[in-house]
Amino acid sequence: MATFKDFRNDVAPNWCPGCGDFAVLAAMQRALANLGYEPEQVAVLSGIGCSGRISGYIHAYGFHGVHGRVLPLAQGLKMANRDLVVIAAGGDGDGYAIGLNHTIHAIRRNIDITYLVMDNQIYGLTKGQTSPRSAVGFQTKSTPKGSIEAPIAPLQMALAAGATFVAQGFSSDINQLVNIIEEGIRHPGFAMINIFSPCVTFNKINTYDWFKQNVVPTDTIEGYDRHDRNKAMQTLMETDGMLTGIIYQDQETPSYQDRIPGFRKEPLVKQPLKLEREAFVELLEEFA
Amino acid sequence: MVDQLSWKVGGQQGEGIEKPGDLFATALNRLGYYLYGYRHFSSRIKGGHTNNKIRVSTRPMRSLPDDLDILVAFDQETIDVNVRELKKGGVVIADLKFNPALPEDVDVRLVSVPFTEIAKGLGSTLMKNMVAVGATIGIMDLPIEPFQEVVTELWGRKGQTVVEKNMAALEEGKKAALDIVGGPLPEFKLAPADGKKRLFMIGNEALALGAIAAGVRFMSAYPITPSSEIMEYLIKTLPKFGGTVIQTEDELAAIVMAIGANYGGARAFTASAGPGLSLMTEAIGLAGMTETPVVIVDTQRGGPSTGLPTKQEQSDLNAMVYSTHGEIPKIVIAPSTVEECFYDMAEAFNLAEEYQCPVIVLTDLALSLGKQTVEPLDYDRVEIRRGKYLGDETLPERPKEELFKRYEFTLDGISPRTIPGQKYGIHHVTGVEHSETGRPSETATNRKKMMDKRLQKLKGFRIKTPIHVHAPHDRPDILFVGINSTEGVIREAMERLEKEGLKINHIHIRQLYPFPADDVRPYLEASEHVFVVEQNATGQLAQHMILNVGYREKIHRILKYDGNPFLPKEIEHEARALIKAKELI
Ligand SMILES: Cc1ncc(C[n+]2csc(CCOP(=O)(O)OP(=O)(O)O)c2C)c(N)n1
Ligand code: SF4
Repeated sequence: MATFKDFRNDVAPNWCPGCGDFAVLAAMQRALANLGYEPEQVAVLSGIGCSGRISGYIHAYGFHGVHGRVLPLAQGLKMANRDLVVIAAGGDGDGYAIGLNHTIHAIRRNIDITYLVMDNQIYGLTKGQTSPRSAVGFQTKSTPKGSIEAPIAPLQMALAAGATFVAQGFSSDINQLVNIIEEGIRHPGFAMINIFSPCVTFNKINTYDWFKQNVVPTDTIEGYDRHDRNKAMQTLMETDGMLTGIIYQDQETPSYQDRIPGFRKEPLVKQPLKLEREAFVELLEEFA
Repeated sequence: MVDQLSWKVGGQQGEGIEKPGDLFATALNRLGYYLYGYRHFSSRIKGGHTNNKIRVSTRPMRSLPDDLDILVAFDQETIDVNVRELKKGGVVIADLKFNPALPEDVDVRLVSVPFTEIAKGLGSTLMKNMVAVGATIGIMDLPIEPFQEVVTELWGRKGQTVVEKNMAALEEGKKAALDIVGGPLPEFKLAPADGKKRLFMIGNEALALGAIAAGVRFMSAYPITPSSEIMEYLIKTLPKFGGTVIQTEDELAAIVMAIGANYGGARAFTASAGPGLSLMTEAIGLAGMTETPVVIVDTQRGGPSTGLPTKQEQSDLNAMVYSTHGEIPKIVIAPSTVEECFYDMAEAFNLAEEYQCPVIVLTDLALSLGKQTVEPLDYDRVEIRRGKYLGDETLPERPKEELFKRYEFTLDGISPRTIPGQKYGIHHVTGVEHSETGRPSETATNRKKMMDKRLQKLKGFRIKTPIHVHAPHDRPDILFVGINSTEGVIREAMERLEKEGLKINHIHIRQLYPFPADDVRPYLEASEHVFVVEQNATGQLAQHMILNVGYREKIHRILKYDGNPFLPKEIEHEARALIKAKELI
């Protein structure tokens, strides 16, 4: 059985020392090992950004695509091969700016993949512009006088879009993060996981310390029930989106692939390409 | 007796005008005639004039005729819009209900049949369509049985009474028309056809069938005219084979999902038209850079922007050849008939896997939506070739540290390929420039080698039939060149010009990119002049010919971009005008 070391490769990440993304990588590797997967059963796909490099730092199948399109890529892969563990990953710009449309629709569709958003509230790779997660007043290269746009509330948005799994982690709380990712992978549908992953180079406001002071883990809330959608929404509002842990899960709704009429358990890619002659002849009858 | 004629039915959009056209054409197709149809419609659901023109012939005819023999009109607008298209002595069969009237200066006959009244008498005005077809049967002296057969199939599900009522509508329409006219009109009596069994379908259906035959079980697409029928057919059909279609949120998702599924080892594709293809361009580059197979259908329509969404045009040639930044290997093939839509589509998936690159199947609206008679599709002609894809049986064991060289440098530039799930195939894929194992690598030497490797793949690439050749002359006066749906209309114009003593050859381009210069060159060389016939305003095909083959001074353009397909007489006249104006001959 593979250990988390088997999910490591020999590439040294080019992230800045201290970047929150290191912890996300480690948590993902541990979660996969804890669940008993082998590297070849896993595909990690990613968008473009500092965070997007993550697919190259894990020993598994990896695909580093284009900015904002990791979710369609991951959904397409899962449609082709439902036996794979498919993890999509990217930054908050990737998932909530250029790729937001896909995020909402992937949530609605509920294909069984796990989505990790490394949310640093800034654009890292392009060197420090505002992101749709930046707070009002946040000064960046592109908002020298402070951002005047309201930040996106991704998890409230996910709940509103019908998410069946909503969680939030923090790079400093690795145990919680491993648990969230494990549960996300096990969840039979789309798992939306936002991760506070500080950018130590460009974001001097939302730092590790800032997050430590502001996050509200669900287990500090008495009687928190992750199956209660209203409560989840309410608590997210009350904590201004700083709630961490598994915030909501609906285990009743089947995944997309289980709802497609006639869709087989056997992955598409294992089915024969060649159509039977009889089936072909039958198809032509409609046009005779 | 005639060996061909044309028939058109028209009325208001949303009133079921498709039904009579389909019935008429399906029945005649079963009798062994060759059909060629074109629907005129606009981008709205209810209201607005729409019509369906169908050419019937005893031999293959793949173009619209210049004029019209029979016009079936459900409203006065149909008459006003189309009456001048009728030949001298043509006939308008119109619904008496709207008091049809003809302009005074036309030499056509009006037969007013109470379509609506007869239908009402049978229980529903909806059946006026059937009455109209019945009237056609009477006037053309067609056997009624094949029509009855189709009616049974069309309405069978709704029960015996509905079938019987529709049959009665056919009979009564026939009788009413014959009572008015006094008997069948011999000038519209078709010579007998060969009675052979053929198919009748639109290009989009053939594309979808080709995809299924090639092993496609997944499609991701976003609706758009004129490509939606491809996804609609697959939505209906793929569940039978364990497959499915996802209607995505946009075309960015559509293509990227298809790329994801292909990366996973499935055969998947997307289809769209100009606006959708514009959105897909970044991802086409991703497929090129990551050497992921993917097939994309572009059903051209009038551009730019929303342009003429329901009209014919061939103005995406440049976009398909050039779109996406940077330089990638890419294949663009262009079927010219519905049959070719099927075979080319099936082959596109082989090419995508063999060359590990995007393959664009280019059609145009007239081809995608025009319903044509099709020779029986041959199951045995569909091959499945997966190129250098390595199944588990052929994949050697390797230690963990040694990644699979997904981008291995090889002589032909094509590397072996594995898919996720394979134990010894683990590798990384990235749109960033990369090494043989797919790891980001920006060194100058690697960059150059990788770029050369990718471009090497299509050096000398050639599909089996990159051009259609009809070249009866060694040294012709004129070479006609076209692409997609215009093959038939060019041929027809050419036959007429040949009767005047001109020597004409014709080649039709089927492989647009990489441009088959070596195949095209001898025909350009041999001909005194070259007339490139295309449906756009800037002569894009002509540009590709000049760029790849040369002979700029010989090349002239015959262009049409008003949204309607070329008619034979238009090409004929333009060719004549060109010859005269430039004193070519
Ligand atoms: C279509 C496109 N537009 C712009 C870019 C440039 N770009 C690369 S990453 C990025 C944003 C990065 O921010 P984020 O997604 O939050 O990831 P991070 O670097 O912070 O991890 C941008 C704008 C691109 N690669 N592609
Ligand atoms: S710039 Fe920020 S996000 Fe990018 S690697 Fe450095 S710390 Fe991480």
